[in-house]
Amino acid sequence: MVPLTSYLALAAILFCIGLYGVLTKRSLVIVLVSVELMLNAVNINLVALSSIGPVANITGQVFSLFTITVAAAEAAVGLAILIALYRNRKTIDSRKQDLLRN
Amino acid sequence: MIQYAWLIPVFPLVAFMLLLLFGKQLKEKAAYVGILALAVSFGMAVVILFERIGGQNYRYVLDWLNFGDTTITMGYEVTALNAMMLVIVTLVSLLVHMFSRDYLQGDDRIEVFYSYLGLFSFSMLGLVLSPNLLQLYIFWELVGLCSYLLVGFWYFKPEAAAAAKKAFLTTRIGDVGLLIGLILTFIYTGSFEYDVIFTAVSAGLLDQTLITVIALLVFLGAVGKSAQFPLHIWLPDAMEGPTPVSALIHAATMVAAGVYLVAVMYPMFIASATAMTVVAYTGAITAIFAASIGLVQKDIKRVLAYSTVSQLGFMMLALGTAGYVAGLFHLMTHAFFKALLFLGAGSVIHGVHSQDINEMGGLWSKMRITAVTFLIGALAISGIPPFAGFWSKDEIFAAVWASGDMLLFTIAVVTAFMTAFYMFRLFFVTFTGSYRGEHKPRESGPFMTIPLMVLAIFAIGAGLVNAPFTHHALTDFLIQGTSIGEQALASGWMMGLSVVIAVAGITLAWLIYGKGIVNRDSIKNTFATPYRILYNKYYVDELYINVITKPVVSLGNLLWSIDRNLVDGFVNFTANTARWKGGLFARVQNGQVQTYGLVTVIGGIMLFALAFLIRGYIG
Repeated sequence: MVPLTSYLALAAILFCIGLYGVLTKRSLVIVLVSVELMLNAVNINLVALSSIGPVANITGQVFSLFTITVAAAEAAVGLAILIALYRNRKTIDSRKQDLLRN
Repeated sequence: MIQYAWLIPVFPLVAFMLLLLFGKQLKEKAAYVGILALAVSFGMAVVILFERIGGQNYRYVLDWLNFGDTTITMGYEVTALNAMMLVIVTLVSLLVHMFSRDYLQGDDRIEVFYSYLGLFSFSMLGLVLSPNLLQLYIFWELVGLCSYLLVGFWYFKPEAAAAAKKAFLTTRIGDVGLLIGLILTFIYTGSFEYDVIFTAVSAGLLDQTLITVIALLVFLGAVGKSAQFPLHIWLPDAMEGPTPVSALIHAATMVAAGVYLVAVMYPMFIASATAMTVVAYTGAITAIFAASIGLVQKDIKRVLAYSTVSQLGFMMLALGTAGYVAGLFHLMTHAFFKALLFLGAGSVIHGVHSQDINEMGGLWSKMRITAVTFLIGALAISGIPPFAGFWSKDEIFAAVWASGDMLLFTIAVVTAFMTAFYMFRLFFVTFTGSYRGEHKPRESGPFMTIPLMVLAIFAIGAGLVNAPFTHHALTDFLIQGTSIGEQALASGWMMGLSVVIAVAGITLAWLIYGKGIVNRDSIKNTFATPYRILYNKYYVDELYINVITKPVVSLGNLLWSIDRNLVDGFVNFTANTARWKGGLFARVQNGQVQTYGLVTVIGGIMLFALAFLIRGYIG
């Protein structure tokens, strides 16, 4: 059997990669993709941990369906905002969104 | 009437205040307010003088400050000296008030001038009535202030403003000496009252050195106020003020305050031989120094200014050689004939619109009254009998001779010769010959000529109060009741000598300037270097500027640049450092969401690490 820690490690690595992308990428589309990546890493965690415990059930897996839905909705809204942003500022470079600058 | 002596300064003070309030409305009529006030004061002063003759001192003081055992009083005292000074000051002030009505006619600040004159009269009269040193010092400073205001009356002229400042600052140096002397007196005798101080002196309660130091410090105050060498520099410059001011302040009254101070503190001076020597020599040096400068000046007022410095030197010389009465007698006669000469000069200036004697000449026929009174003044100052100056100058010679110091006597005699010479140089160049200017000089109006005539009468007759045939009435009057000793009397040969010198001086002046037998320019050319030194006043002003003023100003500039660069620099440095540090942190605030996200993540990690550490999960 695959040990639990492998699944958790995989999720952690994916989460960190996603976090790195959110914090670093210049194109906002890629930032949204990285956010999706982070959410998927969370899903892996949920599913992996549902198989352990004194009474192993599928609660984790069911909950992950919810997060997938939420992720989808959030991606849609995020893209809508992105398009509105592009229409107004003609760019989706994250470095250029600095109106709150000191 | 003597108990109302305090009113004498009050009338001019009231005039001052009235003119402050209503001057703008009064304009030209301000003159009459001043004249009226001074006339009343003069009347009272005369009555009080007659009451005091053969009478007693009158003193009235109120307690002003009490601390511990000491009480400081304020009030007034009428002594023989005061009574004489009251009459002199009120008379000259009254005549100057009258004279100024015409002299300053048309000036748009004439009411301000009269208010200043009132304030000055109040201060000077208060000064002579002071019963103790502290009150004297208060009025002393007030008089200095009034001198500043009056000399700088035409403040928009830069020379006048500079002269006023110079006068005030130079006398201030003397005033510091007086203040320190005053304080020392208070510390060691516990009082400012004259009788307490003099009792302490005669009882030997004060150390001899201390007495000398105090006397010299007080004399320093007198040196400043009476324009003795080396603080004489302000008086010639003060001629920038209107001529009536010169007559009142710088001839008859304020500069006499220094002599008055020495006279009033005389017991302290007598107790110190060193101080007396210093006074006598300072007076003698000043007298001959100033007289020599007056020989070559071209401005009519400057000649008279140096003459005043010189005559004040004579007074100090007299006081320094125990000639108490001689010095004060000369103070009285000098007040009259110097005021006369200055007002006469004012009349001339009013007529020819110039102060340069080379633009005058031939005024004898055009301005007869002025010319005659000026001649009387010149004869008086030169010491020709029976005019006033002869008697007082002779008493000074007597006092100097009695002291046995031949050097001082020689200086006095030479200076007397120079006095006669420069005075008549002035007379001949101004009034004889032909008119060299471009205006049409006319005699001045009665408000100017009547004061001249009054002063001329005094210049003729004032000397007789102390002549041998009136049994030296003034001497008895001034000395009676005080501890001052016998005064030296002039002997016959001395009188003869002084007349000979005076006539010699006049003759020489006549030869050069009257007849022109000896050419003016030839003398100037033969003695070119001495002439230049004298004309430039021995370069004393330049010396002071280079040795004192410039270093102090550079020090000031140095300190200013230290303040600007160092101190301000330090403050700016602190501010810039704060700003720079802020700038560092401000880089975080760049408006980019990803930066904020990064900060959040880092913060979150740190919080978790902290929590795990505390709970013991790791480390």
